[in-house]
Amino acid sequence: MMSSLLSLRYRPAERPSFFTVARMMRSPIKQAKAAIFRPLALSLLASLLVPLTVRGESPADSGFHLTHTCPASFELRDGGCVLRNRYKKYRSLRDAGVGGLKTGLPQLREGFTPQQIDLGRYLFFDPVLSAHGSVSCASCHDPAQGFADGRAQAVGIDGQTLPRSAPSLWNIGFFSTLLWDGSKNSLEEQMQGPLYSPFEMGNTPAQLLETLNGNHIYRALFEQAFGTTTIALDQVYTAVTAFESSLISLNSRYDLYAHGYHAALNEEEISGLNVFRSFVARCAECHTPPLFSNQQLAVLGVADAPGEIMDLGAEAITGNASQRGAFRVPSLRNITRTAPYMHRGQKATLEDAARFYTGGRGHEVPEGESLMIHWHIWEPQLTDREIQLLATFMGALTDEAFMPEIPTAVPSGLPVTQARQFASGNDVGFGAQ
Amino acid sequence: MINLTTNSLYRAGASALTLWLATFGAQAAIIEVREGERIQDAVNQAAPGDEILVYPGLYSETVYVDKDDITLRGVVEGGNWPHLDGNKQLNDAILYSGNGFSVEWFKITHYKGNAIMGQAGNNFSIRNNWVIDSGVYGIFPEFGENGLIENNILSGIEDAAIYVGMSDYIDVRNNQVFDSVAGIEIENSRHVLVEGNLAKNNTGGILVFITPGLPIKSSYDAIIRRNFVLDNNTPNFGIPGSLVSQIPAGSGIIVMSGDEVIIEDNVITGNNNAGIIITSQDFVTAIATDTGSDPNPDAVQIRDNVMFNNGASPEGEMKLLMLTKFSTTGPDILAYQGATAAERGSCISRRNAYRAHGVDDWANCDSPTIRATDAIAGREPSDSTRAIATKMLSEPAAPRVINDDASGAEIVYQGICAGCHAYNVRLIGPPTLAIQAQYGEDAGSIAAYIANPEKKRPDFPTMPPQDHLSEPMRQLVAKYMLTLTN
Repeated sequence: MMSSLLSLRYRPAERPSFFTVARMMRSPIKQAKAAIFRPLALSLLASLLVPLTVRGESPADSGFHLTHTCPASFELRDGGCVLRNRYKKYRSLRDAGVGGLKTGLPQLREGFTPQQIDLGRYLFFDPVLSAHGSVSCASCHDPAQGFADGRAQAVGIDGQTLPRSAPSLWNIGFFSTLLWDGSKNSLEEQMQGPLYSPFEMGNTPAQLLETLNGNHIYRALFEQAFGTTTIALDQVYTAVTAFESSLISLNSRYDLYAHGYHAALNEEEISGLNVFRSFVARCAECHTPPLFSNQQLAVLGVADAPGEIMDLGAEAITGNASQRGAFRVPSLRNITRTAPYMHRGQKATLEDAARFYTGGRGHEVPEGESLMIHWHIWEPQLTDREIQLLATFMGALTDEAFMPEIPTAVPSGLPVTQARQFASGNDVGFGAQ
Repeated sequence: MINLTTNSLYRAGASALTLWLATFGAQAAIIEVREGERIQDAVNQAAPGDEILVYPGLYSETVYVDKDDITLRGVVEGGNWPHLDGNKQLNDAILYSGNGFSVEWFKITHYKGNAIMGQAGNNFSIRNNWVIDSGVYGIFPEFGENGLIENNILSGIEDAAIYVGMSDYIDVRNNQVFDSVAGIEIENSRHVLVEGNLAKNNTGGILVFITPGLPIKSSYDAIIRRNFVLDNNTPNFGIPGSLVSQIPAGSGIIVMSGDEVIIEDNVITGNNNAGIIITSQDFVTAIATDTGSDPNPDAVQIRDNVMFNNGASPEGEMKLLMLTKFSTTGPDILAYQGATAAERGSCISRRNAYRAHGVDDWANCDSPTIRATDAIAGREPSDSTRAIATKMLSEPAAPRVINDDASGAEIVYQGICAGCHAYNVRLIGPPTLAIQAQYGEDAGSIAAYIANPEKKRPDFPTMPPQDHLSEPMRQLVAKYMLTLTN
């Protein structure tokens, strides 16, 4: 019944111009009484013109200006954009944002102004953030690929293959444990990794500041967003955080079921949900609703390559040997969009990923390795049918209705990059073939 | 206490219930299920407030309840129970997520996962069930608030027969748990009363744990009172990798990392390893540590327990430890806390009555002056927990509904509609302004249209139906949309 929702292809919103205003009003004009329409149209046109003319900002000349409306599903409250969502009507035990169907969310990073969010959107898609202007955030977090990149391992600047896969950014503003190794607690802190890593975006704080301050469009946009005439790095981090935190996916068919509309899932999907939350498969113990992640570290023992544990996970950060091979539990929202799976893309399909959990404790761990495998990893003896049901259920977690507008141009004038432009072909894990 | 009220009503008999329904409205119904029918069909048919009566016979299914205020009640006739059997093929017998769920009088056997599992269902009542060899946990409420687990009989469970996991305000009363790896386990939970239970012939009798790596990281305020913890010497048959697979057989009560645990007035006898073990997380190995959870038990109180004949044959590390104390038998009480007990606020009463190790620096719970005063006044000792009758909430946890009112409409509009309709910008659907121009004040037409949309505009996709919203909510959302000004 809801399949039409899923099949909708995203259409980039268009900034209103006289042309689009005329076009979007064309159908109603046939039906609406002219008496109603004319004043409305006039006020609409006025509302579009006034901000630009009154402010008289130079970006208007360049075609760039920041919106004063909040993204879809956000509402302006006291100057900041606040999420409106049915999950906000529910509590969660200890405010942990984990539980069952009707469970409240963890605290969202919200309250950013519409201008900050919109500025973050331009920055996110602008390759000017990288050393040679060649890669943007969107290179690895491509909206068309679930804000991931479809690769087993991400590809950084100059086509360099990175050790881990790019995580999806849907709902990332709810997360306080970031990165596969859980080493960062805020998006502001996290993004400085890729920005300044010679393997990822290759920039330096000094060069980034110089570049942005040297761009008169960005200076004007930052002034609109932050009210200062010089751009500071913290403002860059804030703006990108604001945009990333606006990527909300909480209206899947699963969510309709969770809120009480049980016809939203078919029988197969409900059977899959029951396998998912059963204490045999135990998926829901770590992939806890409503985010489908409990944000904890877990040692699964997925080999990086046959016979190899190369990635130490959290141990490399903490030096704690018990966390060897521990990775943060990822969300499963929009999971069908982000194959291949696991921290290094070792599993090509959802079925492969699910099947890992029925292979027995440590079945991929090479001899001589000692990992503290998570207690929920056991031998559930899932049938092929149950594996299939799990994949079917995960398919009901897809919702990209609030896809943001992808800019066709960015203030640097550089082409808006997408990850697929950087195919290098050497990045596929063994499970993905 | 909605549950207790309705339970007492139900105890008065079906005729009283019928009378009550006749008096207070027709919204609640009784749905009967007999052998050969599916319990799930009745659940699917049921509305909040309904009671499902299941008659004796064999049922083999997984029953899931994602609605509020549903009661599943077995009818036991002449000793014949309604019997849910999983044939070691089915995962769980009963899953619930709704608030106000009650399940009573079922015999449950041979499931692979759990007999009864709750995920974020509040105000629950699980009573009078008989569970045999049904998988990992017998009764397992998780992420729940305000619940009662009472008068259940469970045996042959591979992990904990009764497992309260990441939950608050729970009473576990008068249950019988035996022949399982763990009898009763309270894990990462707060405000729990475990009273009057018989935990016998398990590997470990009653556990209060903080398990690292879980999203809710504390466990405190538990009263373990007036239980019989007897002969928990069954060899450990826990699932490899599980925490309880590391419990030494012969352990009566184990507090691992839990805080503010009061162990009072229990009878603890015949546990061959030790009667009571108070320990830090060092107790278990082969588990990733978690800097977010405090590994040490604080403010534990051991009061007035009757203990004898514990420690007849200590196991493993306990045996080695006791040898360093020149003893070949285990203790009634062993505490190793990771720091001095004085620092951690633990106390013990009647310390000289027990063979105890590691409690030399514990404070004395006894307060002779206060006790004498209480005795003269004829009061219960004021430093005991006897005045605390329950840890459940005096008012049920709040309902989780989106009201059919303006506040609900705003949530629905912003949470769903706004994804496709912006005020004056074309998104996936036409701008709100254009819709306002078309419909004026006619909210009714919008409400009717969105329940069953058809393609209207050639340059826009067909809108997905919103019939998941109630009719009043569709009206309210439509009105809300027509009043938007930005």
